Amino acid sequence: MIDLHGYGPRLLEGALVTIELAVLSLVVAVVLGLLTASAKMSRNWMLHKVATLYTTVIRGVPDLVLMMLMFFGGQIGINMFTDMLYDRFDIDIFINVNEFVAGVITIGLIFGAYMGETFRGAFMAVDNGQIEAGRAYGMSHWLVFRRIRFPLMMRHALPGLSNNWMVLLKTTALVSVIGLSDMVRVASEASKATREPFTFMIIVALIYLLIATFSEWGFARLQKRYDVGFGESH
Amino acid sequence: MEALMNALTELLADNTIFTMKTLGYYGEGLVTTVQLVFLSLIIGLVLAVPLAIGRGSRHAWIKMPIFFFTYVFRGTPLLVQLYLIYYGVVFVDGIQDTWLWLILEKPFVPALIAFTLNTAAYTTEIFRGAIKSTPRGEIEAARAYGMSQRLMMRRIILPSAFRRALPAYGNEVIFMLHASAIASVVTIMDLTGAARFVYARFYAPFEAFLFVAGIYLCLTFAILYFFRYLEKRLLAHLKPANQ
Repeated sequence: MIDLHGYGPRLLEGALVTIELAVLSLVVAVVLGLLTASAKMSRNWMLHKVATLYTTVIRGVPDLVLMMLMFFGGQIGINMFTDMLYDRFDIDIFINVNEFVAGVITIGLIFGAYMGETFRGAFMAVDNGQIEAGRAYGMSHWLVFRRIRFPLMMRHALPGLSNNWMVLLKTTALVSVIGLSDMVRVASEASKATREPFTFMIIVALIYLLIATFSEWGFARLQKRYDVGFGESH
Repeated sequence: MEALMNALTELLADNTIFTMKTLGYYGEGLVTTVQLVFLSLIIGLVLAVPLAIGRGSRHAWIKMPIFFFTYVFRGTPLLVQLYLIYYGVVFVDGIQDTWLWLILEKPFVPALIAFTLNTAAYTTEIFRGAIKSTPRGEIEAARAYGMSQRLMMRRIILPSAFRRALPAYGNEVIFMLHASAIASVVTIMDLTGAARFVYARFYAPFEAFLFVAGIYLCLTFAILYFFRYLEKRLLAHLKPANQ
């Protein structure tokens, strides 16, 4: 068998950190993406401007730079804010930035911008007649969204969503640079300590491939579900 | 030129972080980033064309290894690939004593290899898609002219596929620019490396990283407009007639 020099359990823990980070960031990204898509389609020009600025800036700057800005700048920014609270309103609080939470927020914020574009395109692809039909049945706005717009939109959004998820999964590797113990960080520490980079890096690469292959399968099933009633053409 | 330098020095006189020296770091970082991205894109492109043709081959022994290569390199993080190549080279027994060490000593070469292989994998898949979607009529017309497989590939399929691949390739170029920030992890002083240095030196995360983010944003827009211009020129014949 392969000799892991006792790094096996830590590698497994790292893999769990990677998966947790990826899934939680995905949730943040989807919520932000839906908000951004609605803001971009809204008639309020302020909302539209803000959403456009957000997606443009985030997509024009490397993930790693944004991550460092958030990680290193985040604590200072929050400290400045709490200092101001103390000076102005005599409220004394101290917020310590947890690395994991910062990672989730940063990755979520980055991919919210990509999701926003995906969702916007998908919402626009929904046939207006469907929504009118829902309104004609006397459904409320929320009910139309939940029963008609969202499921129909998902059919168009799924390919983009799965694409974004694959990129997001690989982006989580960057948190290892900033100090979170995900599996890449464990593997890089183990490589340096044991001078056997191939063993550890190849295991990590295999885990990534495994997650990617598994999610591909999952997305294919989801696509089948949302394609119900639309034939085999998509 | 001298007047410009004087004006710049005067402008920076009261600034403790952005002195001529730190701006020099950013400048060198910009050169390193552009070199790294440009070289890996060019070499990756040269590798990708034969790989894309081979990817569509009928023979499994050509098709399968290329599929495996693109699957692995597109399915794993670039950081892992970089670590694998960087540490893999450094820890090979006795490499420090050979002539190879002279080239591999600097992290630039391992980073270049990792980036090149990565972009080659993505570009291969982009080209393969473009080759696959060649209109049937173009191939039939080439056949009718009695062109051989090779001639048809050179004169008809590849030129038309390159044009169709252009928008996706533009995205890949921007992706590569952003991915190159990872080079700073293996101690290369690229743009991000310069920003990290300035951050560590002055403990000024906002100034250091916002400034570099602005530079990346400008580079991204420059690439975007360049590809838009190319598309306008090269894809003009595909536009609807009445527009």
